[in-house]
Amino acid sequence: MSAPNQSGWKPGTPVEDHNAMSGPDTVTGNRALMLEEPLLFEVGHVETTGVDLPEPSSAATRLGGMDRAEAIGLPGLSEPEAVRHYTRLSRQNYGIDLGFFPLGSCTMKHNPRLNEKVARMPGFADVHPLQPVQTVPGALEVINELANWLIDLTGMHGVAMSPKAGAHGELCGILCIRAALEARGDARKVVLVPESAHGTNPATAAFAGYEVEDIPATAEGRVDLEALKARLGPDVAAVMITNPNTCGLFERDMKAISDAVHAVGGFVYCDGANFNAIVGKVRPGDLGVDAMHINLHKTFSTPHGGGGPGSGPVVLSEALAPFGPLPYVVRDEDGEVHLVEEENADQYGHTQAFGRMTAFHGQMGMFTRALTYMLSHGADGLKQVAEDAVLNANYVLRSLDDVLDAPFGPSGPCMHEALFSDDGFAEDISTLDLAKGLIDEGYHPMTMYFPLVVHGAMLIEPTETESKAALDQFIAALRSVAGRAKAGDATLKTAPHYAPRRRLDETLAARKPVLAYEEPVAPSGQPTMSEQGGR
Amino acid sequence: MRYLPLTEADRSAMLETIGAPDVDALFSDVPEEARLTGPIEGLPMHASEMAVEKHMRRLSKKNLAASDAAFFLGAGAYKHHVPASVDHIIQRGEFLTAYTPYQPEIAQGTLQMLFEFQTQVARLYGCHVANASMYDGSTACWEAVAMASRIARGKKRKVVLSGALHPHYAEVVKTMAKFTEDEIAHASPALQAQPDNDGLIARIDDDTSCVVVQYPDILGRVTDLQPIADAAHEKGALLIVVNTEPVALGAIKSPGEMGADIVVGEGQSLGVGLQFGGPYLGLFAVTSQKHVRQMPGRLCGETVDAEGKRGFVLTLSTREQHIRREKATSNICTNSGLCALAFSVHMTLLGEKGLRRLALENHRLACHAVERLSKVPGVTVLNDSFFNEFTIRLGTDARKVVRTLAERDILAGVSLGRLFPDNADLADGLLVAVTETTTEEDIETLASALEEVLS
Repeated sequence: MSAPNQSGWKPGTPVEDHNAMSGPDTVTGNRALMLEEPLLFEVGHVETTGVDLPEPSSAATRLGGMDRAEAIGLPGLSEPEAVRHYTRLSRQNYGIDLGFFPLGSCTMKHNPRLNEKVARMPGFADVHPLQPVQTVPGALEVINELANWLIDLTGMHGVAMSPKAGAHGELCGILCIRAALEARGDARKVVLVPESAHGTNPATAAFAGYEVEDIPATAEGRVDLEALKARLGPDVAAVMITNPNTCGLFERDMKAISDAVHAVGGFVYCDGANFNAIVGKVRPGDLGVDAMHINLHKTFSTPHGGGGPGSGPVVLSEALAPFGPLPYVVRDEDGEVHLVEEENADQYGHTQAFGRMTAFHGQMGMFTRALTYMLSHGADGLKQVAEDAVLNANYVLRSLDDVLDAPFGPSGPCMHEALFSDDGFAEDISTLDLAKGLIDEGYHPMTMYFPLVVHGAMLIEPTETESKAALDQFIAALRSVAGRAKAGDATLKTAPHYAPRRRLDETLAARKPVLAYEEPVAPSGQPTMSEQGGR
Repeated sequence: MRYLPLTEADRSAMLETIGAPDVDALFSDVPEEARLTGPIEGLPMHASEMAVEKHMRRLSKKNLAASDAAFFLGAGAYKHHVPASVDHIIQRGEFLTAYTPYQPEIAQGTLQMLFEFQTQVARLYGCHVANASMYDGSTACWEAVAMASRIARGKKRKVVLSGALHPHYAEVVKTMAKFTEDEIAHASPALQAQPDNDGLIARIDDDTSCVVVQYPDILGRVTDLQPIADAAHEKGALLIVVNTEPVALGAIKSPGEMGADIVVGEGQSLGVGLQFGGPYLGLFAVTSQKHVRQMPGRLCGETVDAEGKRGFVLTLSTREQHIRREKATSNICTNSGLCALAFSVHMTLLGEKGLRRLALENHRLACHAVERLSKVPGVTVLNDSFFNEFTIRLGTDARKVVRTLAERDILAGVSLGRLFPDNADLADGLLVAVTETTTEEDIETLASALEEVLS
């Protein structure tokens, strides 16, 4: 621990007598900077508005007689009230701006503010998707420039830019595969997915009409190549592999896997969620991958925004590129960029497109941010991103593997994620308890219970934007909480103690779902919401 | 590099802890022949913030921004004024840089906002429950069709799409149906003042899982949906209503009031902005409790914490891919959380009073535009009814007119030729949208330009 500072206070000094230090309950329920905030529906009013608009005229409407007469029930707030409502809510959230967010598989890295500034330039933010193409050459250039970066970074042949997020990109890739198989009259039924895969993989394959079967894994946490080869056959449309995989390991046999799949006429889909570990270090195209989505909101730092929006362009091999969806952007030999849609697909030789995945051109607002990020880093900076991300993860792994069980620690260096299990915890302490204990220490917990192949899994992804000092403090905190988990410290069962809310009852939420606000009914004999047993 | 905090001294110390001689040793599992030794060729090296901003600004300047033109485009994306405080709030780091609220004790901000958002959407749509968002209107539309097929348990295979459904939405449904083997009945619309509801009803049969109609429709027409709902229900089919302009629902009846089962739409009009097509905001709601567990996407619900205080969590997640894997109701994971926040803040600032005023102001200006444009020789207004968007016929190829006017910084609307390239009968149609951002001067500019071009 650090030395005392000038006032004599020493960081990390525990408070000796908790009870003597805790204060009285407050009338408001607030605790100084921690402020409670009611629901909008409890503080707003339907007659209040924070936008100045003209009084409606009495002129007759031409709404086909469908004028909305009934009350809608939408309360409003004035601007100062609204700003305060949402500012108070925001303070109950953890974000990367606030602290370390080691959520495995999610790549919670710093979101540069230049990217936000660029995305708001009027030429990008204030442009309609159906403007005549002559008025949007800059927008098409952004799409084309970003597409070229993605192709160069992955060593692939083409890229479908329109998918809206990772899972949408997976669907795009699998549909390209299905279209390619159908084009050669080859109806196949099965997609192979490892047990350690993201849940989106099997969900995607099933959504696209395939039967899903597991790929066996070896004890060291990688795909079992021999077992995979034994299962491959003319019924297998594709294998979906995450590389680096969700155990944090690089699939050493990736090229051999691809060769084996291709030998039986199947395709290789790679889940690109973990691209941050290898960007600039190895190109999936050199490993035989046919399709891979890239989460721009992970590797290329577009903000997660509390759950989205994302963006999931899909890079495609030469065999799959002709089947990519419309619309897309091409640059001709004269350097002109063109928008290819249904009507001019013939002209650009893109007659085999499997269709359209979304109304417009994809996530332009994410494209501008991701391109800004790439230009900032350059080829040299992106290589450094992967190296520092992997270095940080290995540092976390080797600084903790004496106190936490690292099931694949002996398998060699990890990539950008360190994986631990709950082996060695006291009997009644779970990974969930440890995670909630980390919240009290001021951290967002790691990914829990994923991948499914590890008991009580804890997947830590530090990313490259954390300093060594930040990692050292986290390691010290996690060592302490892990020690308590092993010792069976009962206070972990009731953690978090210092968050805006104590542990929430998720069972109640699912058993009696209350999914929208309903005004309490005055006591006139009408049942209240809770008496109806929720809705 | 300004975003990377490790120093060379840090890296050496960390390698020592790890017990690796150098960083390359950490990549030893990557086959040597595939490992890149230096930065990828052909790409630029890192650049300063100033240099990158300059490059991006140069690209942005090549585009004609909607606010710099007389602007009349709609067709599923509308230009509205977004209050400054909306953008301020969505840029707060606690919202912007948060993840999906999987740790609810430190994500109550996002969760309470989602609960409020779900309630706002449900009320706007006249529905029972709305989810926490989808990617956009077109993908929400497909998910609704897939949900209807699930409810029909695969026994009904036919999906009846109204001809007046946005053609890109129809295209997304058709694309996905190729893989699920649903049969899609769809034809482009006829240019008539009233939609052909009788024709639509005639196509509903016992094998129909759902009927999909847009309201207001792609030509801007507003029609009573109750007869379609009744006809669908009589055949055991669900009515899916698509709305691409949520502001309209401040002035016209909600789809839920007219018998819709699933209401989906695009939320971009409120808070989100044009952004050349994305990110947008898919809205998804159902009118019946019994369909909630078939919904795709995330749902936020109310509960209590260990001290009995109210709180919110993501719930009913046994429908979702991270739990159910191949048996999930959808593969969706990331949605449009921050766009949902923007929508919700904008809706909160408007309130019911503001929303109604905004809707009626849009309609007033649209009425003015209809009146003015109908006086242009050669122009015929198609619609009897409309909200803020309507169709005019020019008697000549509208695409050419659009391109000509664009050269004068007039973005005249969306030509039906662009939307329906395969139907020559629609080639003289122009879809014109008018919002509160349109001025009477803009309308005059468009009308005079059309007078000149069409003469």
